[in-house]
Amino acid sequence: MSTTTEVTPRGETGSTSPSPRAGGAGRRPLGEGRAAWMLALPFCLLFLVFTAWPVVQSLFMSLTDTKSRDLRSPFSVNVIGFDNFTRAFADPVFRKAALNTAYFVVIGMPLTLGIALAAAVALDKGITRFRSTFRLGFYTPVITSIVAVAVVWRFLLQEEFGLINTVLGWVGITGPNWLGDPHWSMPGLILMASWRNFGTAMIIFLAGLQGVPYVLHEAASIDGAGAWQRFRHITLPMLRPTLLFVSVTTSIGYLQFFEEPFVMTNGGPLNSTISMSMYTYKQFGFGNYGYAASMSYIIFVVIAIVAAIQFRLLRDNT
Amino acid sequence: MTGMNARGRWLLYGVLTVLLVAVISPFVWMILGSFKTQGELLQSPPTWWPHTATLDNYTQLFSRLNFKQYFFNSTVVAVAVTAGNLLFCSMLGYALAMLDFKGKKALFGVVMGTLMIPGVVTFVPLFVLVANIGLIDSLPGLILPFLAAPFGVFLMRQFFLGLPRDLLDAGRVDGAGELRIFRQIFLPLAGPALSTLGILTFLGSWNNFLWPLVVAQQEKTYTLPVALALYSTGQNSTQYGLLLAGATVVVLPVLLVFLIFQRRVIEGIATTGIK
Repeated sequence: MSTTTEVTPRGETGSTSPSPRAGGAGRRPLGEGRAAWMLALPFCLLFLVFTAWPVVQSLFMSLTDTKSRDLRSPFSVNVIGFDNFTRAFADPVFRKAALNTAYFVVIGMPLTLGIALAAAVALDKGITRFRSTFRLGFYTPVITSIVAVAVVWRFLLQEEFGLINTVLGWVGITGPNWLGDPHWSMPGLILMASWRNFGTAMIIFLAGLQGVPYVLHEAASIDGAGAWQRFRHITLPMLRPTLLFVSVTTSIGYLQFFEEPFVMTNGGPLNSTISMSMYTYKQFGFGNYGYAASMSYIIFVVIAIVAAIQFRLLRDNT
Repeated sequence: MTGMNARGRWLLYGVLTVLLVAVISPFVWMILGSFKTQGELLQSPPTWWPHTATLDNYTQLFSRLNFKQYFFNSTVVAVAVTAGNLLFCSMLGYALAMLDFKGKKALFGVVMGTLMIPGVVTFVPLFVLVANIGLIDSLPGLILPFLAAPFGVFLMRQFFLGLPRDLLDAGRVDGAGELRIFRQIFLPLAGPALSTLGILTFLGSWNNFLWPLVVAQQEKTYTLPVALALYSTGQNSTQYGLLLAGATVVVLPVLLVFLIFQRRVIEGIATTGIK
């Protein structure tokens, strides 16, 4: 720590911070503030151009009738207010896509988190050997490309020669035509998504379980509490912050699901698996940029609302 | 659990093993299937071990379908994006953690505020922007929008916050410039965080789909997931062996990277909570 307390503000530096660390500034060629901005600059430039600007531009574009042909003549774009938004809410395909997305999240998220939590608890307390093998195995699908696993799962879910229906056949169940039947297509996608994603939640739950003091469990079992009671009244309440985090991030991911229907069903059959992201992409493909931008903003707002609701539900009440 | 008896424990091992088999077997089936002929893949019931193993699917993939080019594109994009994030995110992360400067709070707020903004929100205007600067169908068009991601800043800032500030003061007392303190004192200590960020960024870029799908409109700029998705939904959609070989080519490299660095990846997930 420098003993100089004298601060030497130099005209050309942006740093006039009175913090003790600014002591001795006179000897340095570069002030603290200026150095910080030099370090920040490359990121900030890229960030401004490729993230901040598109976010703002996306909002503007959603209020216009921008089409692909307007790329060449940007001045022919008209501001049409909220017409894109009213059009989206009246569009039967978009409504169907919104319902499908809700279906995917409402069923898929509890399923994913349920498997993850069960696996995490089993690995944390239930077993003593091969812990890291199981952990590694369960996590593996997470790192793989959704496109690639969707290609594989399209075969696994085949009615006649698919692996899943073959296994179901061993226990006497005649499996459905998963991806060809509008009632079974979404369950098929949800099954795959849960399979691929529960590993992330499991790892975070495992980290959260480390924070549950063992003495609480010990005291409770002396008082005669069974395994389920201890899980219900000790583990679950103490996992609340972890649960909040995992459910927020999982729902953000699931609300944007796109690759699964793109590769496995092309949104079909009968639009039973088209998602909001996929319909947005389709409208973009048709050249309806303004319309697509408005739908992507709707997704954004839905994501923000869903995250806020979960914060409300999971933060306070115990 | 404390009071668990031997039978309960065996049952638990059984259930976990079944789950493990269910999680891993799609990959085993994919790799084995990529060596099967079309006829064998259409058999019911399905086979595990290929009866007549063939490399046809792979030779077709790399000769007729140009997967060599896609593999090259995916690698270049992932390496460039990873290098960019390591450099730019560690620079900003360090500044936010260790230095005082005007506008620091606001900058941190803005960058973190966009941490959760999904790609689907920005891809339309981003496409218009990239089209206007003439980068559609080019590798820079695939790379530039991902060079600086808020996630990396968050991760690096958290890491630098955990390092002792005395190092900074010691460097200043010794008369080292601010940039030199960063480069020669702090950056060499950031190895663990950099490798976590590097692996996660590489995996994310390798598997990225929506943006490459939008930007790569001609075959010469396809990345592996784009090529695989378009082939699997296009005219090759029933060439099962070919598609399984393609999926293997996409999955296997990251599987190897993951198995080598798994500890780092899993620790990274556990501490940051975001994949």
